[in-house]
Amino acid sequence: MTPDDHGHAHPHAPIDDDAGGYYAVMQQAVQELLIAKGIVTADEVRRAVEAMDERTPALDARVVARAWRDDAFKARLLADGTAACRELGIEMGPTRLIAVENTPEVHNLVVCTLCSCYPRMLLGLPPDWYKSRPYRSRAVREPRAVLREFGTEMPDHVAVKVHDSTADMRYLVLPRRPEGTEDLDEAALAALVTRDCMIGVTLPSSA
Amino acid sequence: MSRVPEFAARHRPGDRVRVRAAAPPGHVRTPWYVRGKSGTVERLCGTFGNPEELAYNRSGEPRQPLYRVRFRQRELWPDYRGRDHDTVEVEIYQHWLEPVSTAEREA
Amino acid sequence: MSDEERGRLHHDMGGLPAGPVERAEHDYAPWEKRVDALMTLLSRHGLLRVDELRRNIEGLGARAYDRMSYYERWMAAVSAILIERGVISIDDLGRKMAEIEAARRQEPAA
Repeated sequence: MTPDDHGHAHPHAPIDDDAGGYYAVMQQAVQELLIAKGIVTADEVRRAVEAMDERTPALDARVVARAWRDDAFKARLLADGTAACRELGIEMGPTRLIAVENTPEVHNLVVCTLCSCYPRMLLGLPPDWYKSRPYRSRAVREPRAVLREFGTEMPDHVAVKVHDSTADMRYLVLPRRPEGTEDLDEAALAALVTRDCMIGVTLPSSA
Repeated sequence: MSRVPEFAARHRPGDRVRVRAAAPPGHVRTPWYVRGKSGTVERLCGTFGNPEELAYNRSGEPRQPLYRVRFRQRELWPDYRGRDHDTVEVEIYQHWLEPVSTAEREA
Repeated sequence: MSDEERGRLHHDMGGLPAGPVERAEHDYAPWEKRVDALMTLLSRHGLLRVDELRRNIEGLGARAYDRMSYYERWMAAVSAILIERGVISIDDLGRKMAEIEAARRQEPAA
């Protein structure tokens, strides 16, 4: 195997972002090596970045809003989350989606204690706190205290159910529909649904 | 056409199961906090390649049944400060689960 | 005997005591998003499995695990697995990184 030759037409592009340092250099190096070997193209990398940028919680919010308005869809969502998302053009890839429903008696909260598994195909990239030690350690041990830190107080009569994504399942919390939203259309309902309430740390705002 | 080899599912929803208390090194997806604990099978999720093998680029076959197991918080943490009906649900591969005998269950 | 002495691994942190959840979020730097893109593409091309990456990250050691940022850990793992699998060599990677470092030093900061 020959060392990298300097026959490429352009010099290394300058690092276009903040610091990153050693591992940003490593990323660029690995990418260039892979491109030189024909394993990936620069275009593929760019498109993959764009694809993830496009996955925002807004997609997922539509799933929730539809479930709120359409009982049959909600039943399908709860029975098979992956298939229901496919109806809205969302593909889960190798993982499977389980939608868990908040009710007057049950509040759901999602975590991955072992790493940071998250329904990326729906919600995009997870927030820093979801991947942090405090969240991963404490969400299973003291969920009510963690909820309180997010401003969410759970009454005693509500059971808190924590879901730890240790394998191939990914979770979407289906929050309760806020009061007084009977006349809202799907888009207006979706606007009430945030990423945090689909993870289960907050509740959707009222209309 | 050959099927992907898999272990038969031994447990059903509602079964009481205990997570083995083993501590092997390596890539294990059974969290420490449930090892040695007992819970109830909530559902069979399907069969999947064993991550302990996939981690070394082996096939992970025969595939293992994967279950969601529900644990009562009060049974996981001696000092749990939430409510009695709080639970944690965790995905656990079959080879980490053993049945809880009737005698133990009634103890 | 502590949990660690009984074999508990550093990443397996469910239930351990910890401080408050810091809710401030950072926008991902372009290089971080490209790490994510590489992971997705390489996995799709069958050149690595996320399980291999996880295994590598879990083996970083407690100090590295805590001090490295999320995408630093994943980038370290991508390199390690590509090397392990023989897709790239340590030598090629080292030379390429040195070239990039040198080019970086020569170009004025943006």
